[in-house]
Amino acid sequence: MERQSPLFTAFVYAGALLLAAVILAPVLWLFIMSISSAADLSAKPLSWWPDEIDLSRYGLLLSTLENTAGAAFVASLFNSLKVAGMATVAAIAVAIPSAWAVSRTPSVSWSLYAVIATYMLPPVALAVPLYMGLAYLGLLNSVFGLGLVYLTILAPFTTWLLKSGFDSIPKEIESAAMIDGARLDQILRLITLPLAAPVMATSALFAFLLAWDEFFYALLFTSDLRAKTLTVAIADLAGGRVSDYGLIATAGVLAALPPVLIGLIMQKALISGLTSGGVKG
Amino acid sequence: MSGTWITTRAWLLMLPLLVVMIAVIGWPLVDTVRLSFTDAKLVGTEGSFVGLDNYAKVLGGSNFQRALVTTTWFAVVSVTAEMVIGVLAALLLNQQFRGRTALRALMILPWALPTVVNATLWRLIYNPEYGALNAALTQIGLIDSYRSWLGEPGSALTALIVADCWKNFPLVALIALAALQAVPRDITAASLVDGAGPFNRFRYVIMPYLAGPLLVALVLRTIEAFKVFDIIWVMTRGGPANSTRTLSILVYQEAFSFQRAGSGASLALIVTLLVTILAVAYAALVRKAAGAT
Repeated sequence: MERQSPLFTAFVYAGALLLAAVILAPVLWLFIMSISSAADLSAKPLSWWPDEIDLSRYGLLLSTLENTAGAAFVASLFNSLKVAGMATVAAIAVAIPSAWAVSRTPSVSWSLYAVIATYMLPPVALAVPLYMGLAYLGLLNSVFGLGLVYLTILAPFTTWLLKSGFDSIPKEIESAAMIDGARLDQILRLITLPLAAPVMATSALFAFLLAWDEFFYALLFTSDLRAKTLTVAIADLAGGRVSDYGLIATAGVLAALPPVLIGLIMQKALISGLTSGGVKG
Repeated sequence: MSGTWITTRAWLLMLPLLVVMIAVIGWPLVDTVRLSFTDAKLVGTEGSFVGLDNYAKVLGGSNFQRALVTTTWFAVVSVTAEMVIGVLAALLLNQQFRGRTALRALMILPWALPTVVNATLWRLIYNPEYGALNAALTQIGLIDSYRSWLGEPGSALTALIVADCWKNFPLVALIALAALQAVPRDITAASLVDGAGPFNRFRYVIMPYLAGPLLVALVLRTIEAFKVFDIIWVMTRGGPANSTRTLSILVYQEAFSFQRAGSGASLALIVTLLVTILAVAYAALVRKAAGAT
């Protein structure tokens, strides 16, 4: 590194402080709102730190007593887990064989571009027929139906991620096993898939986050506690007549917790995923 | 093994994916095209063939034109701001200072926050009666009375753009940072010896390494921004006075609120066409840039 003038160093630290403040302030405020009393939140001038820490909303939202805000919240939490879980498993299951095939067969590699191109489609282009189709099948307002719809997003996405994962596993290992007389299913099961396990795990986590985050289809295709996901439940809270803003903030903190934790733990994988996509272009 | 068999095998392995894609993407897309030529309602009537009527009405109507302008403005301003702030943040994070690792880790936060939570958070911040922005600006003395940031047509779109930027600039920063770290140290050192100033160093030494990854980020972010729905729906639902009604919101209203499946479908296809043109143009740009470096 070049030597730095004190002025430049001061400039760097000022910039770093500003950046940290910009990133942290909104997130911290969300958390502070969730632990402040309703009186503190509606005080003028606003008190930025609560007199007393009030954790009651967390208890309220996570309680399963019937007909409470908690019951609705917990139900939506489980719906989100179910939908995201099902969609992720199904997407990975169809993506593994196709990603491997695309990675090992140059003559069909163009099909990957067709798959990725669908990822650019705006969801509105599919929403009306999907709505009619789900209605016809009786799958509106069902976690299963929503999980199925999420494959529109997750299947192309996981295929793309897994394909670049398989690309980094040398073909030669597979050809060697083939010469030794191994069948394709044996090669995949015993050699390729174990080697691809980390990529598969990363892809699954990303797919799960994508489904956890999804809002548009969930808003359209779910209507009550049987299938409403967390994102829809929070949007309802935010747009409804809830007078306690702290409760909305608490729901936000709880919904953000899983992806934020996954994001912080997976930092390295995330950044390398971003850049490999970026650098390879 | 023969080439034909390997190709056939590949298609067989892709069969499950193809079946899924045809069921949840291919068929709906084709059906959207069919619906766009009918006056079908969302529930009940099948509708009858009306030719290009829907398209003519949509393209001639002021709603579409206004939504197109709003969407373009949202996409251009938010993506430009995200790129500029993202690159500046990356240049900063590429310097050496205490706490750099922690600050890099923090950049994950806005990215990881679900879009709906981000929208809810900013909606609370902008709240006209109890919001933190009003409180902060009043306490500093910048404004005398609380304002309804999301409730006034003049400020709502800007307020949305700020919220969108906050969530997305860290992603650009992380991509740019990874690219900056690929710039060889000896090249920057050599340029210093040659007496290149900071601006020339950025333009001629660093930019070639940044251009490719940034272009890809620009493409993806622009397409995402053009499709924007979630953040707007949660924060303003397209209001006030339709000042934040983007194309996706307009399609939603037409097809689902008013249940006009036919004209909603034609509108959705026009949006799809615009996104496709954008994607193709960008792809050409990326390929050209890749060829140049």
